[in-house]
Amino acid sequence: MSIKIDWEKCTGCGKCRNVCPGSLLYKDESGKIINRFPRDCWGCTACIKECNFGAIKYYLGADIGGRGTTLKTQSEEDYLHWVFTKPSGEEKVITINRKEANQY
Amino acid sequence: MKLDTEVLETDVLIIGGGTAGCFAGITIADNSDARVIIAEKANIKRSGCLAAGVNALNAYIVNGQTPENYLDYVINDSEGLVREDLVYSIAKRLNEVTYKIEKLGLVIQKDENGKYVSRGNRNIKINGENIKPILAEAVEEKHNIKVLNRVNIIDYIVKNGRVIGAYGFSIDNSRFYVIKSKAVICTTGGAAGLYRPNNPGFSRHKMWYCPFNTGAGYAMGIRAGAEMTTFEMRFIALRCKDTIAPTGTIAQGIWAAQVNSKGEEYDRKYGTPKTHIRLYSTVEENKNGNGPCFLKTSGINPEQERELFKAYLNMAPAQTLKWMENSRGPADENVEIEGTEPYIVGGHTASGYWVDTGRATTLAGLYAAGDVAGGSPQKYVTGCFAEGEIAALSALDYIKDWHREDINDFEIEAKLQEVNKYLGEDTGIYSAENIEEAMQKVMDEYAGGISSGYAVSTSKLELAEKYINVLLKISDKLKASDTHELMHVYEVIDRLYVCKSLIKHLQARKETRWHSFQENTNYPQKDDDNWLRYVNSRFEDGEIKIVLRDLVKRDEVYEHKN
Repeated sequence: MSIKIDWEKCTGCGKCRNVCPGSLLYKDESGKIINRFPRDCWGCTACIKECNFGAIKYYLGADIGGRGTTLKTQSEEDYLHWVFTKPSGEEKVITINRKEANQY
Repeated sequence: MKLDTEVLETDVLIIGGGTAGCFAGITIADNSDARVIIAEKANIKRSGCLAAGVNALNAYIVNGQTPENYLDYVINDSEGLVREDLVYSIAKRLNEVTYKIEKLGLVIQKDENGKYVSRGNRNIKINGENIKPILAEAVEEKHNIKVLNRVNIIDYIVKNGRVIGAYGFSIDNSRFYVIKSKAVICTTGGAAGLYRPNNPGFSRHKMWYCPFNTGAGYAMGIRAGAEMTTFEMRFIALRCKDTIAPTGTIAQGIWAAQVNSKGEEYDRKYGTPKTHIRLYSTVEENKNGNGPCFLKTSGINPEQERELFKAYLNMAPAQTLKWMENSRGPADENVEIEGTEPYIVGGHTASGYWVDTGRATTLAGLYAAGDVAGGSPQKYVTGCFAEGEIAALSALDYIKDWHREDINDFEIEAKLQEVNKYLGEDTGIYSAENIEEAMQKVMDEYAGGISSGYAVSTSKLELAEKYINVLLKISDKLKASDTHELMHVYEVIDRLYVCKSLIKHLQARKETRWHSFQENTNYPQKDDDNWLRYVNSRFEDGEIKIVLRDLVKRDEVYEHKN
């Protein structure tokens, strides 16, 4: 379970670093964010929701069935869009209204 | 690298800014002007169990139910062995704390009459993805609470039998904290990572419980001589395979049955389906050649499937990602389930500090709430709020007639030396990670992990005890090159202390009270005549000593006497 940080998009603002429950994220010498302990990621997605630049993607390790699909989020007022990107580039979006409860 | 000391003073120190800790802080601020420090090893905005969110509140007194019913349910589910006074005091506060968290901003679904919509007998529907940011914001608005993020607390300061603060260090710089406090509330959560996990490789932290809850509160209490209870009642979750996502969302959301590979519903084959039996029945079906087991979801309608996708995104996004990865959702195929590795967690089972009805531990000045407090299973989120509130009010009462105890510079210097000895560039032979893996292997093979079908035996536990003691000895020589690695050193040492205590508890209970959770092959039956008692322990002169105590009933007010 881990995350991939796109350094083209990462501005090094450090918001993700501040919220990681394992404090796993560090600023590299170049000012970009790295995950110092990739095997220690819980997969909570706190960092992804915090990133305003869409720079962090989440993926399943191959040992738990990961095949290359990634997940990121886009926040828009009351809505949280979860964007799934297949290795083929195909995208699927699930939108959650934060003002509505889960049905299950 | 060496650390430098900074001394802070406060009225109440809360260790761990999670569910119980944040609520305790808010309660103190709402009821007094007492100064509070919340010391949190990550950042309270997304730390602990609720980092990803939570998709229902599982402890609520719904219409037609009562706190008494709730208590009866917990007693039955836990095979009679709970602290009734504690569970009852939580049950009576569940609805009031739910109202409070709604006022703070949590979205709770209501019907046309303004009543919360229930999901089963004790659960209500919410959107809890942002429950932790909501709590953090409420804490940050209180002028008398100071939050120390990224500060790892390592031990209590104890003077003349009283807890008067705690030691810790920053993981960002070289600061060694000495926090002096009139009272301390421990809310560090339970312990994950004791046993080899389901996915021991790259995805080793894809586990049920927060992997950053490393049993620090238990270990600090053990080392300081606090009495602990019921460690032997481990918690093992029944989860979706690989992603270790919750099964309750499906089981209670669409009332999916547990089926084996032949499609047979099996949970009632093993008695009334209580929490431990649902897990045990799955273990047995696999053992008997009927595995793997599933939640029967195939054939659900597209609307149900969409709602499941959303519910998991609000709590365990890996599961929805898995469905997307394969382009096959729960409507297409059943969801495979498996048991996790065992955890020690007082919010689900009854392991933790032995507390009085007001949540005072056996050490004066120290209170416990949430997953670190024992005796009251099935607390979940709202129960942790309730307990945080009770502990906060008791701590406020305690500090009213407080008289100063202090430590001198020599004592501080001695502790600093102890911490500094782990810092150095020469890494030695073993790393903290190496010791952690060795510990998980020992616990898995000799103390009832996944590979041993969760069962223990007298002779295997003897080996577990021996090897954990060896690892504790080796861990004294660990080295860290910075304070993040120093945190890892303390985490593994803390886990070893929890393992040491857990093994003693497993050895002490000579019966099988909870299948899989505490399954002793040498004593395979439940024995109410002799074992309807609490197994408690205290660390004295380097050894874990067992104390057996009689049941405490619902209307009793329990006070520590001996």
